[in-house]
Amino acid sequence: MDYIPSTEADLQTMIADIGVRDFEQLIASIPRDLRVARLNLPPPLTELELVRELQRLAGQNRSLDQLVSFLGAGGYEHFIPSAIDPLVMRGEFYTAYTPYQAEASQGTLQAIYEYQTMIARLTGMDVSNASLYDGASALAEAALLCLNAAPQRKAVAISSAIHPEYRQTVRTYLQGHDVEIIELPVHDGQTDVGALADRTDLAAVLMQSPNYFGCVEPMAQAAEAAHAAGSLFVACVNPISLGVLAPPGEYGADIAVGEGQPLGIPVGYGGPWLGFFATSRKLVHRIAGRIVGCTRDAYGERGFVLTLQAREQHIRREKATSNICTNQALMALRACIYMSLIGKQGLRELAELNVRRAHLCAKTIAHIPGYRLKYTAPFFNEFMVVCPIPAQTVCDQLLAEGIVAGHPMGNDLLVCVTETKSEADIDRFANALMRVKR
Amino acid sequence: MRRDRLIFEQSTPGHRAVTFPHSGNSPMESFLPAEMLRQHEADLPEVSELDVVRHFTHLSQLNFSVDTHFYPLGSCTMKYNPKVNDYVAALPGMANVHPLQPVATTQGLLQLLAELEQFLCEICGMDAFTLQPCAGAQGELTGMLMIHAYHKTKGRQRHKVLVPDSSHGTNPSSAHLCGYEVVMVPSTSDGEVDLAAFTKALDEDVAAVMFTNPNTYGLFESRIVELARVAHAKGALLYYDGANLNALCGLARPGDVGFDVVHVNTHKTFSTPHGGGGPGAGPVGVKKILEPFLPVPRLRRERNGWNWDDNRPQSIGRVRAFYGNIGILVRAYAYIRAHGFEGLQRNSRAAIVNANYLKEKLKQDFPPAFDRPCMHECILMASQYRANGILPRDIAKRLLDYGVHAPTIEWPVHGALMIEPTETESRSTLDKFIEAMRQVAQEIRSDPEKVKGAPQTMPVSRLDEVKAARELDIVFSNPL
Repeated sequence: MDYIPSTEADLQTMIADIGVRDFEQLIASIPRDLRVARLNLPPPLTELELVRELQRLAGQNRSLDQLVSFLGAGGYEHFIPSAIDPLVMRGEFYTAYTPYQAEASQGTLQAIYEYQTMIARLTGMDVSNASLYDGASALAEAALLCLNAAPQRKAVAISSAIHPEYRQTVRTYLQGHDVEIIELPVHDGQTDVGALADRTDLAAVLMQSPNYFGCVEPMAQAAEAAHAAGSLFVACVNPISLGVLAPPGEYGADIAVGEGQPLGIPVGYGGPWLGFFATSRKLVHRIAGRIVGCTRDAYGERGFVLTLQAREQHIRREKATSNICTNQALMALRACIYMSLIGKQGLRELAELNVRRAHLCAKTIAHIPGYRLKYTAPFFNEFMVVCPIPAQTVCDQLLAEGIVAGHPMGNDLLVCVTETKSEADIDRFANALMRVKR
Repeated sequence: MRRDRLIFEQSTPGHRAVTFPHSGNSPMESFLPAEMLRQHEADLPEVSELDVVRHFTHLSQLNFSVDTHFYPLGSCTMKYNPKVNDYVAALPGMANVHPLQPVATTQGLLQLLAELEQFLCEICGMDAFTLQPCAGAQGELTGMLMIHAYHKTKGRQRHKVLVPDSSHGTNPSSAHLCGYEVVMVPSTSDGEVDLAAFTKALDEDVAAVMFTNPNTYGLFESRIVELARVAHAKGALLYYDGANLNALCGLARPGDVGFDVVHVNTHKTFSTPHGGGGPGAGPVGVKKILEPFLPVPRLRRERNGWNWDDNRPQSIGRVRAFYGNIGILVRAYAYIRAHGFEGLQRNSRAAIVNANYLKEKLKQDFPPAFDRPCMHECILMASQYRANGILPRDIAKRLLDYGVHAPTIEWPVHGALMIEPTETESRSTLDKFIEAMRQVAQEIRSDPEKVKGAPQTMPVSRLDEVKAARELDIVFSNPL
């Protein structure tokens, strides 16, 4: 199956109109001995056959619809309002390109401007870009920004309570740079920033809150310690948590980044998701990625364009602030529609619901003999449980009952409870834990 | 009533679209320390569901898109995105799966990803592929980091990367991000890399050369085998930017030319939706010598099925969390399964015929920058209209009034339009476009003011980009 409207006869007529003998003449510059005779690919399928085949493969996975899942650890199952899909799937959004041609792209541009505004308001920061790939690469771009902003400083401090895959991503992005990476230790689930006081060479301090273990970090003290060391402070945050937790702008973060997936984006086996990236106003010219600005047209009417493009690779080439070209426009649009639907009051209620359900679940589990909470630090919707036996064994036994218990790490189990888990689900989970064979 | 009000301007206190189950009245202070709590609610919109639906439906209608308009934006490959791919990617077994679920519950998805890696190896002539990079630019970063790691294990780091002057901006930018000095190589008047200048610039300090082929002029580098040979002779590796793979797919393979690293832009060759600028996916293929450096984790076949393997000591690490933009990769997989070899080859062929047809039919009014057959896109000169006071951007804006999305302008040739019709457009659409272009050329001669005042039929007239950058307003009601 293909999607070429022209028939073979049409193509032959066009070839004749072009004035060449045959198609071969058009591709004469490709050396003969490079031509492929055939590729070893499965035979083409009709749409009917294709759908069957993909349904077969999809059927070999167990989706979250079929399970009760307490998995978080970087990806969060949240309720997704029904209005999002039909709006995002509109071809006018879905099949448009990066809005270079502003007059023909006002829909995408205005939506991104609204997204930027919502992210700024959510994080309490001055400005936001149009999005980056995901939370991990957004954190890496933040580290690069800090290093570029202070070229004489050659060290980055990163909390070891940050999601391990985020830390790995930061290391990968910094490989080409002559930079020392210091991992800050963790005590009782929270980062110890004591080491910052001795350093004079830090360009960035990276912290995550709630961190990988679910604990809320003392971000205000960390920001103060970072600034006292002359460093910029980067906060990596869960956007839904900002319905109840103090936003990065309130505790003096210079950059706020995070994974935007909880904002109406399906877990989708890890992507496509959304990296959000917001900064203080003084860093605006150093931001990576696209930015949309408001302006006026020839008649003085409001309109939107891509702006500050002099930062970007298609203009600055190797001197650009980042090599990023696309953003995650459609995912930013999802987040924008999500935040519009959830609204001011809804976000607070949603965050509170997460807090209450997660704390109910934690309290219930802590009452089960043999189980206890690992940390005393405050948490949002995720917490670490110490199991009496290897957590992997617990997970295996619960999976047989259709429950995904969480993310196992030795005897520790990282458990996440969002609004998608009812009190009945929590009871079912606790009962299953009680029955685990030791 | 202004129809394109911001969502914030439609906000009314107390209005809402979504409610949640009641969860009790216990104050947040009973769970979290007071000093960690948010003091003021984030000022998100307060609107009804219908407000939201009308607002975003209206915004969508302000866009040009492939589903609504011919979109010959050169170098961007705005071809039709088959709807079936969206359908299969949204199946709950594909979309509603957590990345950390036990692998026993995701074998179908892992099988799909493993097959996709194999298909890409076959299509590109490479030995192994990673699906992890989120987009072409991140694929470039991944590829250059592997090249960097390769030279490091060879015991001698090299410091330079050669890039043709016609390359995409991401090439020099990605190389620079890996710490390389970027050296530009000029092109000759026939639109190909200058072999003599290239050979002269090559020395033992060159880590890699980055080529796009067909190049950004829409031409196949006919001396590519020789370029590859001299580069390899100096110990440099060859990087293939897959931006234009869509013209080569099923005709020739970069791996057979000698390329060591390849990145693929799924939104171009495999027609995943552009989404207004992402999400994309940028799989990267390598030859055997670079396989140990691929990002972790790698898919591995074990006795019980597929699993993720993190234990790869020479790996460059990971470039993102989890495994890749899976929803996009599922679409690319479906696209390849639908087409097979025959369909992919037909795509390349039809794309090349369509581009040459436009080039030939338009040459009276817009002479081609290079007088030879092109591949999937053509570059047509508009600099002759400078005498009438008309720049390529004026032509681009005027075409919007004809219901055609503007071509790429001023790149990679100044004073030119870059047109990529793609294989999914019919001859009758191309003929209408040819007619529109001829009429614009006529208007330039008879009524240039009309062209300069374009567009007239769009939601806004020409926008003041200078004002946007000088009086920065990127967050509503918070101008900088």
